Amino acid sequence: MSSMRPIHVLREQLVSGTLNAVALTEAVLQHVDAVEPELNTYVTVTAEQARQQAAEAADAFARGVARSPLQGIPLAIKDNICTKGVRTTCASRILERFVPPYDATVMQRLQAAGAVMIGKANMDEFAMGSSTETSHFGATRNPWGHAEYVPGGSSGGPAAAVSAGLGAAALGSDTGGSIRQPAAMTGVVGLKPTYGRVSRFGLVAFASSLDQIGPLTQDVHDAALLLQAIAGHDPNDSTSGDVAVPDYTEVLDRGVRGLKLGVPREYFVAGMNAEVEAAVRAGIEALRQAGAELIDVSLPHTPYAVATYYILANAEASANLARYDGVRFGFRAAEPADLSDMYMRTRAEGFGAEVKRRIMLGTYALSSGYYDAYYKKAQQVRTLFRQDFQRAFADCDALLTPVSPTPAFRLGERLDDPLQMYLADIFTIPMNLAGIPALSVPCGLTTDGLPIGLQVAAPPFREDVLLQVGATFESITDFHTLKPDGLPVTCKGDGYGL
Amino acid sequence: MSDGHIIISEEQVAHVARLARLGLDADEQRRLTDQLNTILTYMEQLSEVPTEDVEPTAHVFDLVNVYRADETGRRAGGTSLASQEAALSNAPETEQHFFVVPRIVE
Repeated sequence: MSSMRPIHVLREQLVSGTLNAVALTEAVLQHVDAVEPELNTYVTVTAEQARQQAAEAADAFARGVARSPLQGIPLAIKDNICTKGVRTTCASRILERFVPPYDATVMQRLQAAGAVMIGKANMDEFAMGSSTETSHFGATRNPWGHAEYVPGGSSGGPAAAVSAGLGAAALGSDTGGSIRQPAAMTGVVGLKPTYGRVSRFGLVAFASSLDQIGPLTQDVHDAALLLQAIAGHDPNDSTSGDVAVPDYTEVLDRGVRGLKLGVPREYFVAGMNAEVEAAVRAGIEALRQAGAELIDVSLPHTPYAVATYYILANAEASANLARYDGVRFGFRAAEPADLSDMYMRTRAEGFGAEVKRRIMLGTYALSSGYYDAYYKKAQQVRTLFRQDFQRAFADCDALLTPVSPTPAFRLGERLDDPLQMYLADIFTIPMNLAGIPALSVPCGLTTDGLPIGLQVAAPPFREDVLLQVGATFESITDFHTLKPDGLPVTCKGDGYGL
Repeated sequence: MSDGHIIISEEQVAHVARLARLGLDADEQRRLTDQLNTILTYMEQLSEVPTEDVEPTAHVFDLVNVYRADETGRRAGGTSLASQEAALSNAPETEQHFFVVPRIVE
């Protein structure tokens, strides 16, 4: 199963009968058994439920009523998305035994589409991290680089699962880069939709004005299929947009001729990894050769992204995480002396170091006397980020940038230096601040054999443009077909099919 | 380490921890004081950005308040809410139909 095929290929085989849905899920579960001890991509494997869903899909195919492109497709679901009857831990001790009494809207939609859930995938605790090392259930390892590197984060479990063939695709969440950065570091496609494109109902809240659920897939075509299934207005999420959802597969073969693609100069900075810069610039040049017009643009507030984000996201997090008090759900410290002691010890024992750090930062930024200097100031700078993008998109259809300034780093390398860890998110945070959609597609390998991602960003609700550019990029390159054993499946030469 | 630049003292860290109902041991408190000073020093760069007359953004898109139908037991989308039993099922301690907490009033 290391040569797991994309959803749209599996679909053809399932429809033609050359592949059986039960056999597909069994093969994935066997592969999970074989490689999980090394990679630790799942917090909970739901084998029994997966077998039942696969049997239902096989039955639908046998009766000729399997109409959804996701029918029988095995998926990994990030463990901060609520699944009825299946524990949803957010990779935290405080939710270790939390079993949601309801399904997130995205789960209801996937079930209606006949998809198979293989399990709940590992993540940084409460999605706070960029390496999937802060999980209460241990770090996930990157399938690339002999399992010596982090898979990125916070959706490192979903990304590694897709990369290693432990699911055909996955759902993750992205608050400051948590889909795109791990996608780039594990050589898969990751899409953060526009804020409000996908319902957040049932997504455990981290920073409510920034969080968004999105797909991690083997190629751009699959990202279109998975986004199609989960996008759209939800009356249960008052922040979801009532905006029509186009047919995302229609744009995949349109090419980029006539498109204006902006290259923001602030995203190519001194100190970024030279191999990353070279690969991203080569990718941009490939799109120019495919017919796009490149435009030099400026997003002048980019250097302030990390400071702005870590004030706003942590302020929201400190409020959202106030609910973990040991009363209604989750962990409670043993034998509390009184109510205050119960709160203090429940949270002290239930949260890990990174979550505590962020609650502290957020509480401080919101506290009396500091609110204006930190929180309000960051909200004002957030307005400037929105204006930066509005100006840029007046001149171009989409933006091309790196995803992360570096490839995957070694396990443990940045754990003792939180600020260094935060700086890894500088190129992905601005899109969350502005609420716009962005895509990561594989665009190269370092000499150490680690994947590199190219980011495409578009105006609000223009995921179709991301998919159009991404699909064109895949049609002229082979990087999305590379597999973690370092052996390309169809790659020729330097990845450009030369 | 915070290169000696002190924005938040250890006493303030203890105060913020109390506000957040977060128990910290002495080691954690010292380490967090160092780390928060490093991070807050980095965040000071925001003061360089002129923001006079700039409206703060709390939310990226214009939102209007949404009201659901005034029916008990249903969500805005029409689906049923979890039963009382389901809502209590994750609680650390319950009695009859209540969450149990340590005594508050003597």
